[in-house]
Amino acid sequence: MRLSALLFVLLAGLSHLGCSRSVSPNTTAAKILNFGNGTEPEELDPHIVTGVTENNIITSLFEGLVNYHPSGEGVSPGVAETWETSPDGLSWTFHLRTTARWSNGEPLTASDFLRSYQRILTPTMAAKYAGNLFHVFGAEDFNTGKITDFSATGFSAPDPHTLVMRLNHPVPYLLDLVKHYSWFPVHLPTIEKFGPNDRKGNTWTRPGNLVSNGPFQLQSWLPNQKITVTRSPTFWNASAVKLDGIAFYAIDSVDAEERMFRSGQLDVTSSIPTSKISEYQENSPSLIRIDPYYGTYFFRLNVTRPPLNDPRVRRALALAINRDGIINTILRAGQTPAYNLTPAYAGFAPATTLKTDVTEARRLLAEAGFPEGKGLRRLEVLYNTSEAHKQIAEAIQQMWRTNLGVDISLRNEEWKVYLDSQQNLNFDICRSAWIGDYPNPETFLDLLISGGGNNNTGYANPAYDRLLADALATSDPTVRATLHQQMENLIVRDVPVIPLYFYKRVFLISPRVKNWVPNILDNRAWQHIDLAPPSGELKGRD
Amino acid sequence: MFRFIFRRLLETIPVLFVLATVTFFMLRLVPGGPFTAEKAVSKEIMRNLEAHYGLDKPLLNQFGAYLLDITPKRFAPWHLADGPDFDDNADFDLKASFGIDLGPSFKYPNRTVNEIIANKLPASLELGLLALSVALALGIPLGVIAAMKRNTGIDYSASSLAMVGICVPTFVMGPLFVLFFSLKLGWFSASGWYFASDRVLPAATLGLVYAAYIARLTRGGMLEVLNQDFIRTARAKGASETRIVLKHALRGGLLPVVTFLGPAIAGIISGSFVIETIFQIPGLGREFVTSAFNRDYTLVSGTVLLYAVLIIALNLLVDVVQVWLNPRLKFD
Repeated sequence: MRLSALLFVLLAGLSHLGCSRSVSPNTTAAKILNFGNGTEPEELDPHIVTGVTENNIITSLFEGLVNYHPSGEGVSPGVAETWETSPDGLSWTFHLRTTARWSNGEPLTASDFLRSYQRILTPTMAAKYAGNLFHVFGAEDFNTGKITDFSATGFSAPDPHTLVMRLNHPVPYLLDLVKHYSWFPVHLPTIEKFGPNDRKGNTWTRPGNLVSNGPFQLQSWLPNQKITVTRSPTFWNASAVKLDGIAFYAIDSVDAEERMFRSGQLDVTSSIPTSKISEYQENSPSLIRIDPYYGTYFFRLNVTRPPLNDPRVRRALALAINRDGIINTILRAGQTPAYNLTPAYAGFAPATTLKTDVTEARRLLAEAGFPEGKGLRRLEVLYNTSEAHKQIAEAIQQMWRTNLGVDISLRNEEWKVYLDSQQNLNFDICRSAWIGDYPNPETFLDLLISGGGNNNTGYANPAYDRLLADALATSDPTVRATLHQQMENLIVRDVPVIPLYFYKRVFLISPRVKNWVPNILDNRAWQHIDLAPPSGELKGRD
Repeated sequence: MFRFIFRRLLETIPVLFVLATVTFFMLRLVPGGPFTAEKAVSKEIMRNLEAHYGLDKPLLNQFGAYLLDITPKRFAPWHLADGPDFDDNADFDLKASFGIDLGPSFKYPNRTVNEIIANKLPASLELGLLALSVALALGIPLGVIAAMKRNTGIDYSASSLAMVGICVPTFVMGPLFVLFFSLKLGWFSASGWYFASDRVLPAATLGLVYAAYIARLTRGGMLEVLNQDFIRTARAKGASETRIVLKHALRGGLLPVVTFLGPAIAGIISGSFVIETIFQIPGLGREFVTSAFNRDYTLVSGTVLLYAVLIIALNLLVDVVQVWLNPRLKFD
């Protein structure tokens, strides 16, 4: 009897549940943009985080000295109204607007910036992006503890609305750098209210605590669900902000994200399952967007291991790949084949490139002492566990086998194990990718510097290092561009990496979303984004 | 019976100790650490990071400190519900109630493992209990009917249905449900955990698998009992078929189900990674799996220990219930 009573209660509970009907989460009265933002953000503290999902939310909450231009290219004034640089390019002066305020109403001054820079550079913060500020005189010494007096660094504030930075070397693209959140101001008095300002584990970024200076302010944070921001009344340009709020959904499944878009829960996604790209292109081309993205997919070669220590072998491998075939059959989003490392952007175009030339590849391999691959040991391609990487590795395995007679084995490893193998040069050939941090070739060229933390190939070429040092020392853009080209020529000649394709950003977007302009770094100025009133468009998504 | 329970509780202490030790050292042996990232940080920053989390100390010191932190230091279960955490709901404060501190999360610098568990366990618990209700409400009647109408069309269709439920994996069933009920019919959201209606599809998907197992176990158990002498006696005395089944046979017939339910409940309420990912539910199952990928040492250890406690507690409960259902068993 007791058991049947229990069953009854359970059944009653269930039927009750079945009755409750869903209310659409799409609030259409207020203009709330529902954005699929990828994984859960680690934090919202601009001085701690490193990821893309955090960047999206932080750029809606905070604003730096300059902001993203509405066109997607270049900069527009942010907290700084105007700025100027000295003729030698070593000193930058920013004039802050007097109307800039924090979301608690307090004025935002140059000393907020100074204290923020001091915070991110403080050694105990262990900020992973502290290195972004090392262009400024003394920043690196302060971060490594060589100096402890922050006023000895190149940051200064002669008056509350003037900020000066003295640099180690000219940085013509400094404005593009200061758009990054590692340069954003934070409200120190708020941080200190919830704990020490120079340590992790502070709860100042939680809803109710967070004070920010951007177009939006934090309303709610449901971990692994969504973060909601609403229009900030204290933003200096509040009247220009078009949306009432943004809901950043934390979605760690590409398939779930696509289903949520189809059901109308999302207006914009971060990605799309590769298998669905052609379906959308054929049946709903207005919902899919393919934008350029500042990233390169490439294979790292371990140049310390024979036979890959022979540049002829490396070059032969690079020449014997049909990149178009990979793009058309596996990636399917019209990616650009890569015959050099740095994407052609920001005034950069490669002078020489690799190509596909199987005859030349065979000749080089024979010259290196391995005619038709004879005598060459089996090479191993390492990739992190993922269906897409596997397909690409298998395709290239096949191409090298048929074109060169080279025997290739594949090894896949879980992400962190793979990173460990890569950083310890425990591989022959390793699938890799690099996404630029700022729109300048140096973000890519810096990779292959001798002993660099992200080199991971064993490649060490003093000539290359000298070219980079020369480029950093000059403020003349044409000289810089020439030096960048010479560096690329060395990469193409020595082939420590085999570039495969340049990335594209592929995502779904409702036609209601306005002003979502392409941006090579996939960053946006959220205050310009708008949402048209809903129409019968939802039906078209079936 | 109390001696039995007390002895079993004592036995859990070495089990948990071994588990904490093995997890702690295995995690540190795996290649890649919590701060291994695609973009390398400088040696100085890495040193500062490790110093912040105490990873620069000798491993044995770290282990000692961790053991001390996770040892219960007080007994005040009435404080369990009043912990502050990410949301403002009452929840599961292990620190205030038992003095257990599972440490800071390495992946989420402003959250502690206690907070993450308090924040995520309720969703997994809710999903699990709802799925369990579905499983019992469908599985037991299906199994009973199949046993009563043995070797008839009804039995065959009920058994085939159960077979399908066992064979079709949740990662196929879930998206199919979404496709039909939310994208075609528009009854539910495709994913999310915001409204009462968001619970229906995940609970059904997870519940159906368990319903299938329960139906098969119930059928088997019932068949065995229905052939026994005391059932024949009841029939001879003229008891109605309903009374025979509900009053006499079900109690014995459910024994295999109860044995199955112990570990099943532990599995079902501790969260299902697959279901939580398909429906984007903020549960502990997803947190557990991703924490291993992130090498979030403290979060992995914390969830492992929590699951262990859950499994031990539920197995104990099953043992007690079995004695109650089957008078031939004794506590010893």
